[in-house]
Amino acid sequence: MPAASALRDHARAMSLKPAVMAATAILLILVGVAALAPWIVPHDPYDLASLDLFDSHLPPAWMPGGDARYLFGTDSQGADLLSLLMLGLRTSLKVGVLAVAVSVSIGLLAGLVSGYFRGWTETIIMRAADIQFTFPAMLLALLIGGLARSMLPVGQQESAAIYIVVLALGISHWPHFARLVRAAVITEASKNYVMAARLAGRSHSGILFRHVMPNSLNPVFVLATMDIAFAIMTEATLSFLGFGMPTSQPSLGTLIKIGYGYLFSGEWWVVVFPSLTLIVLLVSVNVFGDWLRDRLDPKLR
Amino acid sequence: MTMLYFLRRLGQAFLVVFIVSLIAFQLGTLIGDPVTAVLGLDATSAARADLREALRLDDPYVVRYARFVADAVQGDFGMSYRAQRPVADVIAERIPATAELAITALIVSLGIGIPLGVVAAIWRESWWASLLMTGSIVGVSLPTFVVGILMIFAFSVTLGWLPSYGRGATVSVGGWETGLLTASGLTALIMPAVSLAVSQVALVARLVRAEMLEVLRMDFIRFARARGLRDRVVHFRHALRNTLLPIITVSGIQIGYLVAFAVVVEQVFQWPGLGTMFLSALTESDIPVITAFLVLIACLFATINLVVDLLYALADPRVRLSRG
Repeated sequence: MPAASALRDHARAMSLKPAVMAATAILLILVGVAALAPWIVPHDPYDLASLDLFDSHLPPAWMPGGDARYLFGTDSQGADLLSLLMLGLRTSLKVGVLAVAVSVSIGLLAGLVSGYFRGWTETIIMRAADIQFTFPAMLLALLIGGLARSMLPVGQQESAAIYIVVLALGISHWPHFARLVRAAVITEASKNYVMAARLAGRSHSGILFRHVMPNSLNPVFVLATMDIAFAIMTEATLSFLGFGMPTSQPSLGTLIKIGYGYLFSGEWWVVVFPSLTLIVLLVSVNVFGDWLRDRLDPKLR
Repeated sequence: MTMLYFLRRLGQAFLVVFIVSLIAFQLGTLIGDPVTAVLGLDATSAARADLREALRLDDPYVVRYARFVADAVQGDFGMSYRAQRPVADVIAERIPATAELAITALIVSLGIGIPLGVVAAIWRESWWASLLMTGSIVGVSLPTFVVGILMIFAFSVTLGWLPSYGRGATVSVGGWETGLLTASGLTALIMPAVSLAVSQVALVARLVRAEMLEVLRMDFIRFARARGLRDRVVHFRHALRNTLLPIITVSGIQIGYLVAFAVVVEQVFQWPGLGTMFLSALTESDIPVITAFLVLIACLFATINLVVDLLYALADPRVRLSRG
């Protein structure tokens, strides 16, 4: 019986592999396109001289009235939708990765300090995390983003948007990392090598960053991967609601917001293609993250 | 012991509400100027001074906060800058729309998600259970607003079956404006409720499956099987019953998510609830409305957490004894 079930497990793992491999391949392609976007876009949608209003509102190339130069059609300005998508993908990924970097930095520091020193430091930090956990992260990010924006003069809102969004997303998710790191650090700090390092006269910060931190990073890595999907999704939501990336530097969410206005006039492509791109991106990140979690950290399952 | 546990949890809930109220109150002093917000930029300085006097803006900070709390406890959050009406009235007339949307979505997401999670755990070896799990990854990857937009594209723009915005006709039942009793109200509810529920169904199914698998691995399940009990009895009488506890937590988390994402869904479908109110207040820096919304939400979430913790402690003595 155990042998048979192990065999079945193995078979299932194999049968799931194509999905994981496909997701990983798609993810790699999307990341590659995003990284190279400014150099490989077929048209420059922000070069006003090259925009031609005669080319505006064109449907995708395979539809009647489509133009072979514009595979996914054009928007109301005559900008190539495919180019906008590639640059939007770049912005979405950039914001997502930066936001997670902020979450990880805050959470790592908070978790390390509270797990290593314990006592009142831990009480305060973890209580703050508890209180923040009372609120859904999406709502918190929306609130921080919306309020920070209204504190700035109108002229600076657009240029500061990316920093506001990254910080709003980063702050809204640090407690997840803090909890994870704290738990890992508590386990790690009770081990003999930490005691040995203390006896050898190493400083607290030396032990914390040189010994404890590297040994607590595995679960952080997994959560960070999963969290990129959260950050991208939340950023898209904020942008759709008008509190995220501005139209001058659109992410996929901003493109969907713009396209939504044209949905009822029959120009479905300006909203459907950004939507599908976002979904494909999120699904492939999540499938990859799920696989990574099973691989690196079966405990989290 | 139980009493102590209860008091600690209650204290924590009050702490949350206190801190949020402090932050919410602080917003009023950080953002914008209430006098300009009410009178506009070209008011005379005499009118401005009168209003400052009337709003008592020159009192010390602590006095103003104390007054804010005293008023808030009585449901008085001041006047909305934008609507020029009491914030309490604005909120009261929008609660039914959001409540009906969120509760419908809650019923859908728990009603579909829990059974899916249970069967996916019991028959975890079957091909359709792994298909279900792959499907649920797609489900949690679908942003709520994108689901809403794609549904509008399919069912409103292309097929013309369902309305794309608003709540339809409502009738008043004892002061509660409900859309659940009219045909147009019900058809208007379908797409918002479904788009709110889609990713939640997937989330609930995944959480319930994980909890159920945890239970199925325990010794008492193995002993139950060893006693020769039938699968059905083992699964539904022993395993499912012990999974119900985590399901309480999941449901609590769920209400929080639904309220948060109701904001998004309301914006997509122009649903006249608290979410659209909050977003326009955020756009226009209508501080009294933002403040009231924050405090209301904090009370709601603190209450949900408290109730979940208490139900958990009631059902599982280990919780209150170890952490009490």
